Amino acid sequence: MAKRKPKSDAEMTWRDLEIGAIVTEPGNASRYKTGDWRSQRPTYDFKKCIKCALCQIFCPEGCIFPNDDGNFEADMYYCKGCGICARECPTGVITMVEEEE
Amino acid sequence: MAGRVGIEVSVAIGEAARQANVDVIAAYPITPQTHIVEHLAELVANGKLDAAYIPVESEHSAMSACLGSAAAGARTFTATAGQGLELMHEVLYVASSMRLPVVMAVANRALSSPLSVWGDHSDVMAVRDTGWIQLFTENGQEVVDHVFCAFRIAEDKKVLLPVMVHLDGFHLSHVIEPISFPEQSKVDKFLPPNKYPLPLHPDKPVTMGDFAPPAIYPEAKWAQEVNLRASKDTILKCWQEFADIFGHKYQPVESYHAEKAKTLLLTMGSFSETAMTAIDRMRGEGRDVGLVRLRLWRPFPFEELRRAVEDAETLIVLDRALSFGGPGGPVCSEVKAALYGQAKKPKVVSFVAGIGGRDISPDDFEAIVNRGIAVSEKGSPNEYEIFGVRE
Amino acid sequence: MQNYGVYVPRLVTKKETFVPGHRACIGCGEALAVRLAAKALGPNTIIANATGCMEIVSSPLPTTSWKVPWIHTLFENTAAVASGIESGLKIMMKKGRIARQDINVVAIAGDGGTSDIGLQALSGALERGHNFVYLCFDNEAYMNTGIQRSSSTPYGASTTTSPAGKVSIGQVSWKKNMPAIAAAHNIPYVATACPSYPFDLMEKVRKAADTPGPAYVHILSVCPTGWRCPTDLSVKLGRLAVETGIFPLYEVEDGKYKLNFDFTELKPVTDYMKLQGRFRHLSEDIIEKIQQRVSADYAALKEKAVEG
Repeated sequence: MAKRKPKSDAEMTWRDLEIGAIVTEPGNASRYKTGDWRSQRPTYDFKKCIKCALCQIFCPEGCIFPNDDGNFEADMYYCKGCGICARECPTGVITMVEEEE
Repeated sequence: MAGRVGIEVSVAIGEAARQANVDVIAAYPITPQTHIVEHLAELVANGKLDAAYIPVESEHSAMSACLGSAAAGARTFTATAGQGLELMHEVLYVASSMRLPVVMAVANRALSSPLSVWGDHSDVMAVRDTGWIQLFTENGQEVVDHVFCAFRIAEDKKVLLPVMVHLDGFHLSHVIEPISFPEQSKVDKFLPPNKYPLPLHPDKPVTMGDFAPPAIYPEAKWAQEVNLRASKDTILKCWQEFADIFGHKYQPVESYHAEKAKTLLLTMGSFSETAMTAIDRMRGEGRDVGLVRLRLWRPFPFEELRRAVEDAETLIVLDRALSFGGPGGPVCSEVKAALYGQAKKPKVVSFVAGIGGRDISPDDFEAIVNRGIAVSEKGSPNEYEIFGVRE
Repeated sequence: MQNYGVYVPRLVTKKETFVPGHRACIGCGEALAVRLAAKALGPNTIIANATGCMEIVSSPLPTTSWKVPWIHTLFENTAAVASGIESGLKIMMKKGRIARQDINVVAIAGDGGTSDIGLQALSGALERGHNFVYLCFDNEAYMNTGIQRSSSTPYGASTTTSPAGKVSIGQVSWKKNMPAIAAAHNIPYVATACPSYPFDLMEKVRKAADTPGPAYVHILSVCPTGWRCPTDLSVKLGRLAVETGIFPLYEVEDGKYKLNFDFTELKPVTDYMKLQGRFRHLSEDIIEKIQQRVSADYAALKEKAVEG
């Protein structure tokens, strides 16, 4: 059942479903923008970043990755703004501020 | 074990599963199916059957283990009865909606309370809506044949639905009958290896068992229903192929002297063989009676049933289960519903008999036919009649 | 091949098999734990997941957060389903129907699906000795349905079905000792873990997967929603649970107890409890009672570890 644009659950017909409603596209939930949830966002003072990757380890979303400079930064598409990274960062790189959008 | 032997039907089921080269058996004992799982254990213990035997700790876990095994792509079998079928109730719905080809032999047993280990159809009637393909058998040979057919139907890519093979507890499970076991080469030809299309395997990860909000749940269930109804096609083709290879022909509804008979009796399960004796006797006395036997229970054979009964004046449906506070005879209520819109149909009379394993003799069948004719002529104060209960 | 004995974040695989886009609450300690466990298990894994938070947040039709084969059926049967998968794979490999390979069969459930409704299936699977891993993600209540008590809810915690009230202190029974129940089945490996100690957790999950036979890992999962605490405290609270002795980290290998982290002095339980709204109603008396029990249980555990 290859489709161009993935249909949302409200658009799918019964024929669009795989047998037994099995989902055959691993990890396709990654389309969902959990970043819309947040009411605060991380801001960074990368001068302090020692690239220890602890924030990456502790992020419940698994959305923190090294940027081009090797400093660890959250992907705003997914970041829910929980603040764990800010609290656990050993050198105080991250400050949570109110999300404006 | 090719050739005809006298064998206990439960043990024969074990032999059939062995010939079918089953992979996984989830086993929990319950009267009257215990001999099935005992025999299978013996076969595995003596190296006669190469299968994983999981002695689970309850029927709920038995069916749950079957889910896992079938999802991994293994040929999966279990057996249960009565209370066991009820305990796994919620799991049954999952097996069918997740399209997992599990085969289960059910030695139909009465439900508590009071406790009864004896045979009737209460357990079956409680699982009508679970989405399984369900087949009734009348004698030992049919049971064995249907074990093979069940695997064939369940695992067919156009079906992929679990199948229940029903046999009356004690009346069938514990009797010794003459049964022909086919040559293994013929079984292997009839039953190709199981190739579940989307098994759980790291090579191709799939997610089974998502949750569905209201926006999509009806679509998922409709897909299931469309496929269950469509499976009848494959069931008929399977029975035809079975007849071609093994010589026994099965149909969704089978008639016995029913063509043009004025009065028809409808039975399911081992009742049918006793009923046939009664029908022979009555016809010998010049009575215009016949028998209709329902074999395919789900998906319900609407067309075949309507065709089989349309010429009769009276149809007496004999249920072996009691639907409390409701229609009385569950099968009868379904038959009535199937005939409701038909221009030409018999008067339908509902009888409940033989619950809790009480024997119904040919004399009893005759009495039921007589009473049924009287009810259809003069009416009855009740929705249904219960036969043989001492007042 | 990952080496989880070396505690360096940079060496941990960057691959996620539990991908972002899941619907877990903000700051969910359980999602963190599952994410880390999934890393340790790797792609050669089949997961049977019970109904619960992690199942719901990761699988709204038609999507999935899982990149490994995953099956959810019901609430109380995940150990039985895992038994069926394990047996099916084993026999099919034996019969040559699928290629022989190492595949981790993992059962995942919450505390409700383990210590309450799932206890029977778990006990059966452990007794039968299937080669599988059982991971219990313990957020100490039926969180997915809105914070109802389970037998893993700690004494004195307020939940919707054990609410603190004028004549109630909240949960009146003590937390069921699931690791002890698992160990009583004489399985080769039992462990407790907490994502605040991520390498310890990953190492234990890896060890559990590599152990032939049944393995049970009980993982504390901080739940800001249900425990009523700020979302950024999930890792800190997990650490405090260990440092106060409330959730000691230990292993039981072939019946031998081993304490993984010991402290010269345990922090007082109030350090942990005062940060959570679910304990806010407790009087000093009750807190003292809890403190005494925690101290006694910890001492007993230490003795077991010494005996070896």
